[in-house]
Parts: sequence; C-alpha cells; structure tokens
Amino acid sequence: MADSRLIRSRRGPVTYVLRVLVVVYLLLLVAWPVSLVADRAFRATGTHEGGVGPFLERLTDPAAVYAFNLTMTVAIWAVVANTVFGVGISLLLVRYRFVGRRALSVLVDLPLSVSPIVVGLALVLAYSSTQGWFGGALETVGIQVVFSTPGLILATAFVSLPLVVREVVPVLEEIGTDAEQAARSLGANGRQVFRRITLPSIKWAVVYGVVLTSARSLGEFGAVKIVSSGAEFRGETATLFVHNHYQAFDEPAAYAAALVLVLVSIIALVVVTYLRPEEDRA
Amino acid sequence: MSATSTARRERPPRQLRPADRLGPGSGLGLGLLVLWFSVLVLLPLAAVVVTATEGGWSTFVSVVSEPDTRSALVLTVGEALAVAAVNAVVGTVIAWVLVRDDFRGKRLLEVVIDVPFALPTIVAGLVLLSLYGPRSPIGVNVVGTRTGIFLALLFVTLPFVVRTVQPVLAELDAEVEEAAASLGADQWTILRRIILPSLVPAITAGTSLAFARAISEFGSLVLIAGNKAGETEVASLRILKYIEGDYYEKAAVVAFILLLVSALVIVALDVVARRVAVRG
Repeated sequence: MADSRLIRSRRGPVTYVLRVLVVVYLLLLVAWPVSLVADRAFRATGTHEGGVGPFLERLTDPAAVYAFNLTMTVAIWAVVANTVFGVGISLLLVRYRFVGRRALSVLVDLPLSVSPIVVGLALVLAYSSTQGWFGGALETVGIQVVFSTPGLILATAFVSLPLVVREVVPVLEEIGTDAEQAARSLGANGRQVFRRITLPSIKWAVVYGVVLTSARSLGEFGAVKIVSSGAEFRGETATLFVHNHYQAFDEPAAYAAALVLVLVSIIALVVVTYLRPEEDRA
Repeated sequence: MSATSTARRERPPRQLRPADRLGPGSGLGLGLLVLWFSVLVLLPLAAVVVTATEGGWSTFVSVVSEPDTRSALVLTVGEALAVAAVNAVVGTVIAWVLVRDDFRGKRLLEVVIDVPFALPTIVAGLVLLSLYGPRSPIGVNVVGTRTGIFLALLFVTLPFVVRTVQPVLAELDAEVEEAAASLGADQWTILRRIILPSLVPAITAGTSLAFARAISEFGSLVLIAGNKAGETEVASLRILKYIEGDYYEKAAVVAFILLLVSALVIVALDVVARRVAVRG
C-alpha cells in the first residue's frame, strides 16, 4: 500500500498542468455560469428593480405561485408512482426468473435515453383527444390527458421512471437472499419478510431513488412542454415559467424562478453525494 | 402435467435457491406493473413507431429529404459526435485528476461535476446564457451559433464519461503498475500499455451515453441555439416545429430516427457491459 502510494503520488509537472486544466474547464463550463444565476436574479436591469424585495415579489406573483404549485403536485404524483413501480419491478427483476425478464430489464432503462420531446410526442400520439389512439375513448369517459394535469404527470413519470429501479436493483443483488431465506424458514410470510428484512436493507437506495426522481420531476421541461398548453395559469409549470418569461424579455422573473430550481437541485445533489458514502461503507 | 406438479408439491420445502418462480401474488404484481409500464412507456412509444412507419418508405424519404430536416439531423449527429469525442478525452482527464491527484477543494469538484445532471435543462440553458449570452460579463455571446449548441451539449454531457471512468480507475490494481515500473517501464508506457487498455470499456460506455444524450437534447438548447431552420436547428427542435404545425406524422418520423439511434446505443452498451462482466 505504501509502495503504491509512492508510485501513484509522484508529482511531476504533468500532474499540476492537468489539475489546473480540469479546474479551469469546470470553472468556465459549470461553476462560474451557475454562480452568475444568483447575480442575475438580484441585479437591477433596465426598467426592472434589483434586490431582495423585488426578487421575492417576482416569486410571490400569482403566476409564479401557480407554476410552483403545479410543479409540486405533478412531482409528488410522479414520485409516488415511480417509487411503487420501482420497488416492485426491482424485486421482481432480481428475485424471480420469468420469461422476458431480461428484455424487461433493458426496456425499463429506455426512458432515460428517449429525448424528452419524443416522450411528449409519444404521449400525444397515444392519449391526445384529437390525435391519440386512446384519446377518443378516454374523452367519452370524461378524462382529458393531454393539455391537462394527468398528461403532465404521465410525462414526468415517464422521464424519471428508471431512477428508483437503478438505485434499488444493485442493492437487492448485493444483499442476496440469505436473510430472507432464514426468515422464511422461521415461518415468516411474504409480507413479513418484505417489511422486516427486505425493506430495511433497501431503505437508503429507495431514499436516493426518491431524491433523484424528485429532482428530475421538478426540473422536467421538454416532455412537459409538448403535453401542456403552457399558458399562464393553464398548465404552466415552473420550468415553463422560466422559459416563457425569458422569451417575453422578463429576464428577472425567469432568473428568480431559475435560482429557486438551481437551489433545489443543488440541495438534492448534496443530499445524495454526502449520504451515499456512509451507506456504501455500511 | 398435473402429476409433475403434485410431485413438486410433495417435495420437502428445503430448497436453498431463492423463490424464483412466480407465485399467484407475485404473478399478479408483475402483471399490474407491466400493465402500468405499457400504458406509460410502451404504448406511447409504439404509437410513435406506428405513426412514423404508417406512411411507408416514401413518407420517410420525403421527410428526410426536406432540406431543413436533413440539415437538422446532420447538425445534430455532427455536434453529438464532436461533443462525445471531447468528452472521451476531457472526461477521462477529469476522472484521472479526481482519482490520482489530491488537493484542497477536490470534494467541491466532485459536486460541481454532477451539477449538470441535477439542473433542469431549461435552467442549464439559462445558466450558460448568464456567462455566454447577451450582457455577458466577459463579452462573449454565443446565442444563435453552433458554438452555443456545442457549449450547451458539453455542459449537459459533462458527467457521463467522468462517472463511468472514475470507479474503474479507482479500482485498478496498483501491483500491475508497480510490476511494470520495476521492469523499467516509464510512466508514459505504463499509461499507454497498462492503464488505458483497462479503461477503454468504461470510456466507450461513457462516451456512448454522452452521444445518446447529445442527439436527444432539447431543454438546454431552446434558449441558446437560436433555432434558425437549416442553420442552428437541432433534431429535437425540428420535431417541436412539426408538432406545433400539426405535422404529427413528420414529427414521428424524425422521432423514430432518434429512437433508432438511441436503441442502437443501448444495445451496444449492453454488449460492452456484458463483455466487461465476463472478463471481470
């Protein structure tokens, strides 16, 4: 170990050159631009006032409040749906053998590689009342999917579908079935095994999955843009609010809402980054 | 059939394998979950594929030969290839620095690398505009240029190669490098002959993920690309334009092409991953 450290930590000029290059690259590409968002959110521009007061005013504007409320509602439904689906499908994929298991495990990852725009288009082609395969049938029973909240929830659930599965499956594979077997041989039934043995061991994986899903759900834009009418008070989510206000030359409001979204995603990121190593060591 | 199942039931229940056959409860659960998955993902995607292929080959050709669509596809694939290539090199260097170097603030860099994944894409676009857009504090404005598209794609794909290469690099066996060094290999030889070969699968995997992300990117490009047809309009924005003009069939054709490329990348990744697993 000491030897390897000696070899690996030999520091020539190359080490320092690479270090500086990486720091400068990340500074120019990520750190500097991200930090400027706060600056833009509070600075006065042209006819717009700067400072904390106007910033809060922009966020408590009814349109902004509506947008963030809608985003929260959609995100909560998407997270609940994906958590139930994610835990269930992970258990089935890891613990059971059935025809099509391999295909299913590949397909479950598919939503991450589909363009958000294609997700939106797909939902329109399946469920819109004018274009969709099932739109007409759904309309006759009084359900409108596209251009209303159910469509937003479907779009959001679609794009974040694999995140819980990806966290839970490796943990299930890692822990194996010894404890579950033991519990079962001692007379525990399926539900008891799940609640007392399986759930506690995948608890943190589920938590990470939920955090990642929430962050993705709060920030979804492309798919939501297609299935929402996107107008103020009519399906305008927080990300659409940012887009619409920037396009309408209301930069301060766009940056104010963007700053909130930046803070939420960085909090989610820090939670995941700093909790994970502890769990990995355990 | 019934005879075998009776025989199976009479066997003492002390098999040590996991309960791997579906019972009535787990079977029902699988059915419900697959039903939801179909409603949410498979049926809508099938609708795209059917709509795209309904018109047959001639529709396909006519859509792809529209000059604006063709140049959007060419631009998208070209930019994605360039971004993937930059990522393959820069991502590996970043992973190298994070694993092999040690300095104050390294932990912060770890967080910075994941920021592009965490940020909503529309916010990512806005973030870049604050430094490289109108009223830029450094006087650079990339709005409406291909450089802008390139920059946005570099931003959103940053973590892929870093995060796939980093764990592999961290687990490399130091003894092999020591052995090479003790046999007189210099550092460059060790890098080229020992380290890089074992990183290749991870670099490949990360680069294909970055490529797949880049060809399908939408949110971060909306504000920055300018979206001028034939010049700075990427495939996803082309689809948006078709949808807004009620040309659902044409939108589906372009979407289908993107889906095909994504599917190819997934299959390729799966093959690479399995080959690595066998080797490991």
